[in-house]
Amino acid sequence: MVDTTAPTTTAMREVEPSARPRAVRKPRGILVPLWLGYVFLYLPILIVVIMSFNASENLFVWKGFSLRWYPELFADEKIMQGLGNTLIVATGATAIATVLGTLLAYGIQHYTRGGLIRAFAIAPAILPDLLLGIGLLTLFSLASVTLGLHSVILAHGVFATAFVTAIVLARMANLDPSLEEASRDLGAGAVRTFMRVTLPQLAPGIVAGALLAFTLSIDEFVIAFFTTAPTQPTLPIVIYSMVRFGVTPEVNALATILLLVSVVTVIAAQRLTRLTGTTR
Amino acid sequence: MRRGLAPVPFLAPGMIYLILFMALPVGLLAFYTFFKRGRFGGIVFEFTLDNWVKLFEPLYVSVILQSIVLAGIVTLLALLIGYPMAYAIAGLSPKWRTVALIAVVLPFWTNFLIRTYAWILLLNNAGWVNQWLQGLGITDAPISMLYTPQAIVVGLLYMYLPLMVLPLYASLQQLDPSLREAATNLGATPWRAFRTVTLPLSIPGALTGCIFVFVPAMSNFVIPELIGGGKTIMVGNLVRDQFFEARDWPFGATLALLLTILLVIVIVVQTAVSRRLTEGPRRG
Repeated sequence: MVDTTAPTTTAMREVEPSARPRAVRKPRGILVPLWLGYVFLYLPILIVVIMSFNASENLFVWKGFSLRWYPELFADEKIMQGLGNTLIVATGATAIATVLGTLLAYGIQHYTRGGLIRAFAIAPAILPDLLLGIGLLTLFSLASVTLGLHSVILAHGVFATAFVTAIVLARMANLDPSLEEASRDLGAGAVRTFMRVTLPQLAPGIVAGALLAFTLSIDEFVIAFFTTAPTQPTLPIVIYSMVRFGVTPEVNALATILLLVSVVTVIAAQRLTRLTGTTR
Repeated sequence: MRRGLAPVPFLAPGMIYLILFMALPVGLLAFYTFFKRGRFGGIVFEFTLDNWVKLFEPLYVSVILQSIVLAGIVTLLALLIGYPMAYAIAGLSPKWRTVALIAVVLPFWTNFLIRTYAWILLLNNAGWVNQWLQGLGITDAPISMLYTPQAIVVGLLYMYLPLMVLPLYASLQQLDPSLREAATNLGATPWRAFRTVTLPLSIPGALTGCIFVFVPAMSNFVIPELIGGGKTIMVGNLVRDQFFEARDWPFGATLALLLTILLVIVIVVQTAVSRRLTEGPRRG
């Protein structure tokens, strides 16, 4: 899951940019490559969104506006089964990751000195998804675990945990340690201090981590591909086989909805982290 | 800070989970590489070095080299396109910077397969790019673009460009503007100031970006399959095929481990180079 952690953590850090005086005035042309870059990034997505409102079944010919693919999408049993499976997996993996990741982040921040445990906890984010996917397939098959949604949940829990850990750790660095010290001085134990003092302060960061873990799991293909049973495909696997064996325009409608969900999630998570940044 | 058993409830659950479902599977794969294949997947417990030797067969060597070349081209293009983008964003006002960065990240958060599929719509013989080219009178007949190595490069570039822009931006944004001002005040042209001040200091960010792009590009098997039409095979495709078609799990594991070892080497070299670069000026 190399691809996913990096952008968020960097983008998150960006939420509180250090106000610094602008440097030498730059020529206008400097924005041209940026706009071209955006064209490159958004043109393909835009086409899919536009074609989701196409009246024709032909993916390459525009025949006027229609909303027909949206009801057809919801009538498609395969896609709906995939969606249901994906939501189950994402919920399960997020639940595991939120609990384990938050605890790990707290433990790492308070009880470890070297970076070893931290590196281990964040490693799944850097490990190639392919390696994790076939590794888990091998493990499950050796242990005679029947593949299904439960095995995907366990697999997704791995990178999702790394992700939540990283985000909560980053937010924890912003907390005021004197509150925890005060709690300890007043006689509360480690667990009680964590539950009563640290957790409430961390809440927005944890929610942001959970949201992003959820989004990641919804989108994840490779690991799910190796760890699920053919009868229990997640949504990305359904899309994969559709793209492989013939696309229907419903995919455009699905893409548009997924795009909307991602936009809302990313902006919500971004807001939340800004919130944590300022609770200090 | 109190120690003793206090860390256990916090660290133990997550560590046990990660040991079971990350360390153990990867360890298991490493173990499998030294055994013979079972007939229907799995292994037979007979020690062998055949899997590692097999990597040197010309077929596999050429696929590995091809993957390195393709991922390398993608990384280079991402750097060439991403650098001016990151540079432009770093020059924006703080408010617009956040917006511009989110705009770079957003496509990354849309479903990976949907984005792959979008390129099929664009590059197909009947697709949009060909329609535009013909509409503008640039070509008469459709050009085959889909199912070529070039299409794979474009697809991978599209997937991972945001991963280049972000670290580059982070390093450019940290640069002390007074350095560049000093250079300009001392008479350097803007280009010279950029080349001698900004560019060298942004190399660590560029290297990080290169890793972020190169690593996933190397192991991707979906884009070579869907956009490349399975004609150009990369290491990821080989691994997948060993598990699902050839049923040679030990060899698939060996390929995946080789891939991981290559990536670790790249990361170690990158870290060493960046460290040297950032420590260099201080020592001098």
